[in-house]
Amino acid sequence: MVLKVFFPSCCSSAESGILIGRWISEQNSAVVLAVVHFPFIPVQVKQYLSEVQRLTKVSFSVLGSWSNSKQEKEESLSEFLEDLGTIFSHEPWIQISKEGDSKFWSCSTLQKHSNNSKEEEIVLVYYDQRKVMLSHLHPPLDTATSADHKADDASKLSAIFNTVAKSKILFMTDRYDEGPIKLTHWQSDGVEASIIVELMKQASVPACMLLTFLISLISGICRSRVLKFWPLSFLWSKLSTCEQLGHRLQHLQVISSIKKAQNQTQLMRKANVFVSLLIDVALGILLMSWLYRKNRIGHLADTLIPVADHIAEELQDLLQWLMGAPAGLKMNRALDQVLGRFFLYHIHLWISYIHLMSPFIEMILWYVGLSACLGLTVALCILSDIIALLTFHIYCFYVYGARLYCLKIYGLSSLWRLFRGKKWNVLRQRVDSCSYDLDQLFIGTLLFTILLFLLPTTALYYLVFTLLRLLVVIVQGLIHLLVDLIDSLPLYSIILRLCRSYRLAAGVKFRVLEQQDGKPLRLLMQINPLSYASVVQTYRLPTYSCYPKDSWTSLCKKLFLGELIYPWKHKGEKQD
Amino acid sequence: MEEREYRSASGAPIALRRRQYSASCRELVVRCPRLQLRSLSAATSAVWLAAYGLFVLCENSMVLSAAIFITLIGLIIYLHFVKIDHESLLVIGSLGIQVTSSYASGKESTTFIEMGHVKDVVINEAIHMQKVIYYLCILLQDPGDPQGVSEVVPLFQSSKPRLDCLIEVYKSCQEILEQRKTAPQPS
Repeated sequence: MVLKVFFPSCCSSAESGILIGRWISEQNSAVVLAVVHFPFIPVQVKQYLSEVQRLTKVSFSVLGSWSNSKQEKEESLSEFLEDLGTIFSHEPWIQISKEGDSKFWSCSTLQKHSNNSKEEEIVLVYYDQRKVMLSHLHPPLDTATSADHKADDASKLSAIFNTVAKSKILFMTDRYDEGPIKLTHWQSDGVEASIIVELMKQASVPACMLLTFLISLISGICRSRVLKFWPLSFLWSKLSTCEQLGHRLQHLQVISSIKKAQNQTQLMRKANVFVSLLIDVALGILLMSWLYRKNRIGHLADTLIPVADHIAEELQDLLQWLMGAPAGLKMNRALDQVLGRFFLYHIHLWISYIHLMSPFIEMILWYVGLSACLGLTVALCILSDIIALLTFHIYCFYVYGARLYCLKIYGLSSLWRLFRGKKWNVLRQRVDSCSYDLDQLFIGTLLFTILLFLLPTTALYYLVFTLLRLLVVIVQGLIHLLVDLIDSLPLYSIILRLCRSYRLAAGVKFRVLEQQDGKPLRLLMQINPLSYASVVQTYRLPTYSCYPKDSWTSLCKKLFLGELIYPWKHKGEKQD
Repeated sequence: MEEREYRSASGAPIALRRRQYSASCRELVVRCPRLQLRSLSAATSAVWLAAYGLFVLCENSMVLSAAIFITLIGLIIYLHFVKIDHESLLVIGSLGIQVTSSYASGKESTTFIEMGHVKDVVINEAIHMQKVIYYLCILLQDPGDPQGVSEVVPLFQSSKPRLDCLIEVYKSCQEILEQRKTAPQPS
């Protein structure tokens, strides 16, 4: 079987010594993690290895010897290295030697207890230790979901990645440490660290505690009984701003928890939430500064009343059109006039109400605009709520029209059954035949005819107002879609994939390096980064997303029957 | 290393290059038909003629600059995302199989499949448009069921070599895959 040796590229220029690492016997591969230099005492090396093994739970051992000689190969050195094989008993004992600056190394193995006399092939795979240590392997989604996977069935590559990732303790000692063991690995020139990162780590604990305290205070106030009385609680549930604020509060709770993240997923989730909040607030403050400069918000408030007036006038024109002969259709004059006058009076009330509110609009808008500093998503939600409030009369008209139409349809269906001599059996939930009296039949047929001929008028009013309502719903839906996008986009992961693509690995790729006859096969193992689509899919933040409650067919059915539609359902809402 | 000329399923000339690095490592590269100058000039002239016709109609010179812009952007997108220059298969016995597609702009897209997941490499038939073509594919092992196949990964999808080329590639792959069956189990 082919023997695979994973050699870190940082150790290529190390001085002679012995190789330590992990031997994975199922795959016949040796992962070299560091080189221990002469002079060393074998007992101390074994002690050090067992201690590292105890701390990291990875089985370390001495794998072989490494000789880097600038001159010609010395016989005594090679014998000495072979003798080392007897001190550190390891099957097979790997000997790698490099002469001068040659790229082609010679590799051989010593097998004492094996019956196989054939020389087995050796494959030398170079890997970048720092990148492999920092990267996180993402298995393809179908293997990740199968839960009955045993650990040894798992990817062979993940065993290698895990070995390097868990041996962080080994990489903590650099060559300037005073100790019996002198190692060479990727950090042997000195442990790298960033002052800013360390300072932030120190400062984060008290900051998190303060934040947790503040959040618990705010959520305590929110949950207090005062705000739970019926009109207020109904208002909070209808305004999407409150939902968005609650969602962001939850996010803050996630970030400010003092517990360290257990695994990669939690860490990425925390980082994504943090960056998303930061960008949101930054964009919100930008928007706010743009709005308040040159008193744009004053202009906005000044145009709000004329816009509301304009909408009301357009609605009045529409109703006048409906009261005449809309699109050439002939309406029932009496019903037409009644409905038209009723809706016109409603609009008149609405306009007077708006004019009553007009002196206060600017001040309210000014203070409400300040809350844009909480985030761009909050500002968008406020916009959606303002649209909902301004078009409240359209919603009212839709409800009136729908109820009237619905009543008419139910009446018609019930009287149609009477016309045919049938009845709806409430107990059995089915249609049964029934013998009516003559006067019942007479009145029923009369009412049926009346309702049938009044149907087109009501249907037209219902159609017009439903279309208007659907328009408003679509606009609000688009705004909520944008808010959802900002909420759920994992910005930190995308930036990480852009700048440090080796951290998110989909797999590895091999490149065959220059070969020479008689020398082992040389391969370079590089990290294959995850594609952007998989990054977004894996690290998407969960949202309280609103998605269509009904399928197209049930929506059409509801529209036809005149049932009120609430097209967006929020996650977590109870099904009615 | 040897290189031989073959034909693709649509009749265009392709070349297969085989390289053996060691007893258990082989690389097979299929070079796709190159971008033809005449098709490139035909597309560019068509776009520019249409733009000139629009310019004559509406007298707005922005149309012409927009056409140039569109041609350039379209060409860059085509070379970077669509046109594949060569596809290669690197079989390393005991490690795995690596499938690489290199685009005309130099971008490479690689997938590495570990040897433990590979069940077999076979030649399959498929109905493509109005023809029946042969294609080479890797069968992946189903972890739960040793006899089952969890996924089929088709190879050389944009060069579509004909059966004679595929047989050469198939023979090379099978020589290495057989080694893992005859190799003694590790202690």
